[in-house]
Amino acid sequence: MGILDKHKKIETNATLLLALSFVVVTVGGLVEIAPLFYLDNTIEEVDGMRPYSPLELTGREIYIREGCYVCHSQMIRPMRDEVERYGHYSLAAESMYDHPFQWGSKRTGPDLARVGGRYSDEWHLDHLVDPQSVVPESVMPSYGFLAEREIEPDYIDELMSTHRFVGVPYSDEMIEMAAHDFNAQAADPYGFHDYDQDAVVERYPGAQMRDFDGNPEVTEMDAIIAYLQMLGTLVDFSTFTPDEAMQTGR
Amino acid sequence: MTDKKHPEEQILQEGDPNTTGHVWDGIKEFDNPMPRWWLWTFYACIAWGVLYVILYPAWPLVNGATAGLLGYSTRAEVAEDIATFDAMNDPLRARMEAVELAEISEDAELANFAVQGGGAIFRTWCAQCHGSGAAGARGYPNLLDDDWLWGGTLDDIYLTIRHGIRNEEDLDARYSEMTAFDEILSDDEIAQVVAYVRNISGQEADAAMSTAGETVFLDNCASCHMDDGTGDRFLGAPNLTDAIWLYGGDEAALEETVRNARFGVMPSWQNRLTESEVRSVSVYVHSLGGGE
Repeated sequence: MGILDKHKKIETNATLLLALSFVVVTVGGLVEIAPLFYLDNTIEEVDGMRPYSPLELTGREIYIREGCYVCHSQMIRPMRDEVERYGHYSLAAESMYDHPFQWGSKRTGPDLARVGGRYSDEWHLDHLVDPQSVVPESVMPSYGFLAEREIEPDYIDELMSTHRFVGVPYSDEMIEMAAHDFNAQAADPYGFHDYDQDAVVERYPGAQMRDFDGNPEVTEMDAIIAYLQMLGTLVDFSTFTPDEAMQTGR
Repeated sequence: MTDKKHPEEQILQEGDPNTTGHVWDGIKEFDNPMPRWWLWTFYACIAWGVLYVILYPAWPLVNGATAGLLGYSTRAEVAEDIATFDAMNDPLRARMEAVELAEISEDAELANFAVQGGGAIFRTWCAQCHGSGAAGARGYPNLLDDDWLWGGTLDDIYLTIRHGIRNEEDLDARYSEMTAFDEILSDDEIAQVVAYVRNISGQEADAAMSTAGETVFLDNCASCHMDDGTGDRFLGAPNLTDAIWLYGGDEAALEETVRNARFGVMPSWQNRLTESEVRSVSVYVHSLGGGE
């Protein structure tokens, strides 16, 4: 039987068993995971994706902190009913700056991958303060306290540096101007202030600039509404063709 | 204790064909064959796995994964699925887009398609604000009654849905902005005009205050809400003489409205819905009871 008889040696030697088990698991892991790093069709290149602005990134932190992902997914699956209800199915590229991604696994509430622009800021405010006031059937709890919690961009540059460390292409300029951009995005675009709002849009194309919660102070409500209103709005689908993307990585 | 041996002990002799021959501390190991059904299920799984790898996308290679003989992809499947239903609906959609808005309800087949399809679109995209039954909520207009802010004809409804109201994304969105009178009128004047508005809407109000408020109203509010308070649909200025209130007709709500104004926003739908869908949902909303 030759090599098959050697199993007795492995079974009676715990260290050898452990070492060889590790080799087997490593090979399995490499075969499954490594191709994802080089296959062209793993992440299509699409036009319009950019890193989160400081205010949106803060909103995303609040989204994670409050456990929104427990009831809301951010992943429109490629099925007709989902596409008709939520919009174009999600692309891998749309999660490329998410660390960690917010795909979620359960939909007590609806999918939020393309909720941006679907409702007005007032609706989001009303809905987060008292969900049942606009959707009587809803079982969502109230998040009204977000509107009362003012926030300062004290640690936003550090947070962005951390994201840069794991691969998000924040430039030195973006990190340097983080606190400015944070405050500028939630300021009234028609009001009198010292912020250079054009520079923010230049750094973060498509960033929506306004006072999201109707309160001049920057609150957690501003941040989370800014985040929700940009979800799924970045990719330019007019330049996206799925077949081509699959074949050429574009 | 009897000296009669347990049946298994009699079987398990070293070297017995029914054991593996292994002995650890006197413990011996059976060498029974696997159950047939289990073995055959196992072999079937292997065969299925081999077939799957041949038919479906499987092995990662240098530039992409093997495509499989069936050429299956999830994206192609959803595109095909959508195309199937498009092919069924496209003739009706084309007709829907070709005719004048007013003619849709004259064609029974089109009217049915518009109301049924429009209802589904409404419940998907509009119900979150206007309610699943279209009765609205505080701040979100009721679409069942005949009190319209921007007009209730089919054309008006179509324009509102297509471009939205006071949004930033659509340059053709209906737009108007009420003045916030907090720093323009004195506290007394605000109280007076609130009393006047309560009076003309048939609610309880102090007569003296209301009379004083009429002047304030004519000087500040009548340019949009009209001298008699019936509003102006061209400006989206609500009729203040009826009992229908978007933000409430009690004193506190009226004072809040006068002081800080209201600025209700509706998104533009022309980029999210197709022309045929906008028309369908317009016909649906128009058919709910308040259409003009």
